[in-house]
Amino acid sequence: MTDPALSGDTTSATVRDTPVAGSAAQSRSSADETRPRQRARRKHRGAAVIWAVLAWLAALVFFFPVLWMVLTAFKYERAAYTDPPTLWFSPTLEQFQAVLASGVGTTLLNSAFATLVSTTCVLVLGIPAAFALSLRPVKKTKDVLFFFLSTKMLPIVAVIVPLYVIVNRIGLLDNIWTLIILYTGMNLPIAIWMMRSFFLEVPAELLEAASMDGASLWTAVRRVILPLVSPGIAATALICVIFSWNEFFFAVNLTAVRAQTAPVSLVGFITGEGLFWARLSAASTLAALPVVIAGWVAQNKLVRGLSFGAIK
Amino acid sequence: MATIAYQTASCLYEGAANPAVDRLTLEVDDGEFIVLVGPSGSGKSTALRMLAGLEDIDEGNITINGKDMVGVPSKDRDIAMVFQNYALYPSMTVAENMGFALKMRGVPAGERRRQVEQAAELLDLSDFLDRKPAKLSGGQRQRVAMGRAIVREPQVFCMDEPLSNLDAKLRVQTRTQIAALQRRLGTTTVYVTHDQVEAMTMGDRVAVLKDGKLQQFAAPTELYDAPVNAFVAGFIGSPAMNLVPALVTSEGVQLGESTLPLERDRLAALHRQELSSVTVGLRPEQLEVVPAGQGIDVRIDLVEELGSESYVHAHLVDDRGGASTRLVARSHRRAPGRLGETIGLRHGAGSVHVFHPDTGARIDGEEMSARVGTGV
Ligand SMILES: Nc1ncnc2c1ncn2[C@@H]1O[C@H](COP(=O)(O)OP(=O)(O)OP(=O)(O)O)[C@@H](O)[C@H]1O
Ligand SMILES: [Mg+2]
Repeated sequence: MTDPALSGDTTSATVRDTPVAGSAAQSRSSADETRPRQRARRKHRGAAVIWAVLAWLAALVFFFPVLWMVLTAFKYERAAYTDPPTLWFSPTLEQFQAVLASGVGTTLLNSAFATLVSTTCVLVLGIPAAFALSLRPVKKTKDVLFFFLSTKMLPIVAVIVPLYVIVNRIGLLDNIWTLIILYTGMNLPIAIWMMRSFFLEVPAELLEAASMDGASLWTAVRRVILPLVSPGIAATALICVIFSWNEFFFAVNLTAVRAQTAPVSLVGFITGEGLFWARLSAASTLAALPVVIAGWVAQNKLVRGLSFGAIK
Repeated sequence: MATIAYQTASCLYEGAANPAVDRLTLEVDDGEFIVLVGPSGSGKSTALRMLAGLEDIDEGNITINGKDMVGVPSKDRDIAMVFQNYALYPSMTVAENMGFALKMRGVPAGERRRQVEQAAELLDLSDFLDRKPAKLSGGQRQRVAMGRAIVREPQVFCMDEPLSNLDAKLRVQTRTQIAALQRRLGTTTVYVTHDQVEAMTMGDRVAVLKDGKLQQFAAPTELYDAPVNAFVAGFIGSPAMNLVPALVTSEGVQLGESTLPLERDRLAALHRQELSSVTVGLRPEQLEVVPAGQGIDVRIDLVEELGSESYVHAHLVDDRGGASTRLVARSHRRAPGRLGETIGLRHGAGSVHVFHPDTGARIDGEEMSARVGTGV
């Protein structure tokens, strides 16, 4: 807080000094000198207030739909339809009870299982790959990296029919493991590219230093490299979690009852007999909660993961 | 305690046309401090990394205590390395950094702590043991890197430009500390630098490299007194030795109007090789500024004042070669001359170095010891 204010002071004070430069400026009393400083600080504060207001406004605009959803989740269905929407209502948990009773719990569990297992697979496969592609490059490293990226280039819509046929033939329709395999495949390239960029920040000398200190490759990676890249890995894991949790297209096409995931089940609340806003909101709130929690838990690491340059 | 021997060791990087280190042969005695020096890209780091096991030995071999190191992984060589950027483990404290190698060796925690504290005391690091490297100054990081090396009591220290990230003053100070520390520990040390002052002041012996090839491996004074070729002559010494073309006459070599006499056996060697012109090496500190006409006449281009001394940059007044020959002289006087003024430069004590005009090889008489300097 104080640092920018101070530096702001000095510059503006110097600018103000120039017209009266010379012996007069030097003999000015210290009391006189404080005045332009205070003025500069006030000006600085003014700018800060404006920025803060703007930032809050922007945040509110983006946050409003979420707020509306959460509020609606606690309303009775008829209160959800008032126009304009009211902020004052008697809250109820009825919608949540109804949602849970309708079997959303199973779909949430399915989503959680698919998300956690696929993210674990991505990390287990992706960390060694990212390590090899950054700190131990070989001749074909570029080609391999491009291959990974190229797997993301074909639109999923284009493969869904063959995929459906294959999955059907091997009898894995409506099976959660199908989604796990697909989510792992879907996230792995992104995760490798992302983690590779974090590994690239690690000076190669660290591994060399560790090996000179008598550490095996495994020890060097575990003791020296992983602590450094763990924020990056956390950030990557969070992104994989979000992607798999929100995934809809595979899930809607390849699952039915047993392996249905939360996003698919949400659609069930938009029925032919009409929209149930409050109930849909309650279900959506439940579905959004795990991602919000994951983001909140990871936020410390995330910030470090995104401002990574401080290693060297 | 170890002896090291490079035996025609080469390293060829993939895709490179020439080896980065070309048939290097070098023997280092037990407890010796040797310096690898050379211009950028001369293969110093590569040579060091081959010893440390971080680069493959493609040809020849390197032995430590007579044991062949080809194929031995670096973790089994018992060598400690100080990297240019220190490569401290950022996630560990200073104490953990210094104790890491001991931990890898299975030294129990108490003993480890004791050794780390002892080394920290030696390096004035006791107050920082619980800090992370990111919160240290450059000089402190450098000392931690040294500490990490000495705690291990390894057979060999390898240091790759460990001082190049320090400011000039700290560099001089740390230079003497490292040299003193090495004398005290008596650990065989290979030290890489591109700074010839570091090389001259720290090394028991200095190996000068150029394009991956060893030029000369000798004690600092010998490098200075008898460089084997024009490259070494120009590399060692500051300001650099003047290397100028000169004609061979019956008494010596002719520079402008004046002749620098040579001993008879060196003249004989020149005549035997049927050389009519040679490259002459004159150290700036052996050129004395005298009034015009009393030495080699030159015109002053520039005078650099350093306070304690001044460098006179000048060119030959009468230049038979056409292209103007430049000379630098080091004078202990202030303002030894004005710009454009003609002065004389007299070659004082020390020898005139003579090199082959094409190969750059040093030309000596039969008797090496007879190299006595002669005035003009
Ligand atoms: N990893 C590498 N792959 C290919 N060529 C390399 C590699 N490292 C170094 N070289 C080449 O090998 C030669 C020697 O490099 P080296 O790093 O040993 O030089 P150096 O003497 O340490 O130079 P400097 O003083 O700049 O550190 C150079 O020509 C360099 O371009
Ligand atoms: Mg180098």
